[in-house]
Amino acid sequence: MLQYALRRFALAVLIVLVAVTAMFLMIRAVPGDPVQIMLGPRATPELQARLTAELALDQPIWRQLVIFYGNLLQGDLGTDVFSGRSVTNIVFQQLPHTLSLIFASILWSAALGIGLGAYAAAHPNTLIDRMTAAISVAFVAAPAFVVALLSLLIFAVNLKWFPAIGVGEGIWDKLDHLVLPAFAIGLSWVGYVARLVRASMLEVMGENHIRTARAFGISEGRIVLSYALRIAILPVVTVIGVGMGFLLSSAVFAEIVFARPGLGKLVIDSITTRNYPIVMGSVLVSTTLFVVSTALADLINAWLDPRARSEN
Amino acid sequence: MSDTLLQIDNLGVDYETARGDLKALRDITFDVNRGEIVGIVGESGCGKSTLISSILRLTAPNTRFRQGEIRFKGQDLLPLSERRMRALRGEDISIVFQDPMQTHNPVLTIGQQMLDIQHRSKASKAEKRARAAKMLGAVGIPDPEARLDQFPHEFSGGMRQRIAIAMALMSEPDLLIADEPTTALDATLEVQIIERLQELQQQFDCAILFISHHLGVIAELCDRVVVMYAGAVIESGDVREIFHNPKHPYTRRLIDCDPGHIKTRARVLPTIPGEVPDLANLPEGCIFRDRCDQALPCCAHQVPPLTQLQEGHRAACWLNHEEVSA
Repeated sequence: MLQYALRRFALAVLIVLVAVTAMFLMIRAVPGDPVQIMLGPRATPELQARLTAELALDQPIWRQLVIFYGNLLQGDLGTDVFSGRSVTNIVFQQLPHTLSLIFASILWSAALGIGLGAYAAAHPNTLIDRMTAAISVAFVAAPAFVVALLSLLIFAVNLKWFPAIGVGEGIWDKLDHLVLPAFAIGLSWVGYVARLVRASMLEVMGENHIRTARAFGISEGRIVLSYALRIAILPVVTVIGVGMGFLLSSAVFAEIVFARPGLGKLVIDSITTRNYPIVMGSVLVSTTLFVVSTALADLINAWLDPRARSEN
Repeated sequence: MSDTLLQIDNLGVDYETARGDLKALRDITFDVNRGEIVGIVGESGCGKSTLISSILRLTAPNTRFRQGEIRFKGQDLLPLSERRMRALRGEDISIVFQDPMQTHNPVLTIGQQMLDIQHRSKASKAEKRARAAKMLGAVGIPDPEARLDQFPHEFSGGMRQRIAIAMALMSEPDLLIADEPTTALDATLEVQIIERLQELQQQFDCAILFISHHLGVIAELCDRVVVMYAGAVIESGDVREIFHNPKHPYTRRLIDCDPGHIKTRARVLPTIPGEVPDLANLPEGCIFRDRCDQALPCCAHQVPPLTQLQEGHRAACWLNHEEVSA
């Protein structure tokens, strides 16, 4: 298990390296002088020269890459062109807001989705199963920003149940501010996870080992919970791991609609102001987040499934 | 004294399908005595699996019990509630399934699964574990204590089938159903499993209902044999009697087709021409008529009854009725 974990993390590091390098090269392949865009048309040649030197844009591209990785290894992502603050600081200040939003969304949507899916699979073709199916499809089809706007209108403006904007102060106030955005971006996942668990569960319940468990008089509840769900959950874990990436992009919508500080809002703001060091920094962190979450999903799968452990 | 353990009487089971009711089992009658090994033989699709899943009532949702009784220790199982059926499963009646590679849960250790099936026992966890290890030892798994912590995929097919047998015998059941337990294994392992089963049957003194399409294994292991064809019993009796003096043309042809019985070198292995009739639209008369080379005029419109020819030997064929065949 330990060996598997080490190998999996080595792969994760490699993926981040490749992704970040590609991103670094792509950003420099975009036509136009970044210094001119950042400083505007009326900047003096001296100022332009200073920024060019600061961003090492006068060096050959391989050299720039070496400098970037050199700084990165020292935990330095560069400085914000406008405020002069360190990018690392800015990004890590925003990160907890986005992380709490993503975890809250995953937690409630996976819990509800697994419950609904398992129930639907245990009672296939009943009224509740059909209702779950219809609602699931509706949830999956609803885009996060539409749900965000509608829930803002209904629950914050009309019903005044939850605050409309910001992240709040203190733990309870923060949780209060988290409800609507987490609801908005988690909703489509409820349906998705429920469909996935139902299909996976029905497949597992038809397998021979379930018939064996039944032939030994083990109760149906125990068969579902400890014999079938543990296998049926495996594809869901993988999907949630990959889904972190999608949630990161839905988080952008939620952060804009609910005016929440966070990684998504940071990226959007820095792109509109052409603040390249911040774009690089926040995209690097999101890439790492995505890769770590897929690696974690694989590890959880290996922990749940002894066959996956010994295969590799 | 022959003490009847399982008595199947006139059992009829249908599958409700889009094409209409599929009459999977018709008028099945036979019994299994305590401590006896009864073989059920027949080609694929003859209703063997439907029969055993009916006994345990682990049937598909579209199954309908049309008629008859399945009496176990004198009590009819068919009207029993699901809760009372569950109390029998794995306790009084156990089963070993066909495919050892898929019979165990892949994500739980063998030990965990062997502990789980002792859910009715009041013993402590350590005692249950010791019992599980003892059973593994009894079926010839070396170093059983350590192997309890391994997962099914860490065992070979033959070992997994022996574990399945150990699990089935754990509760010392009165009846062990073995559903083609050796079909998925190679010939050497088959012999090992059969010998092990014979030993254990002596040791645990349980009755075995052994399903197979391998006549050699049936002849080796069983006391009595029931021959099924297209969902009906066509012949039953003492194993030696059936093999030496078959009274139904199907049984005779089946024995002729067994590779163990072929003495002369042949380019083409013998087969029984024709196909099993459609169970949703059963033809009139004898079900084997279309494939039978000795069919009589009466076979076309009258179903031959399963009649006793001598003590313990029954067959369903008009050829045994002198007044008709003469």
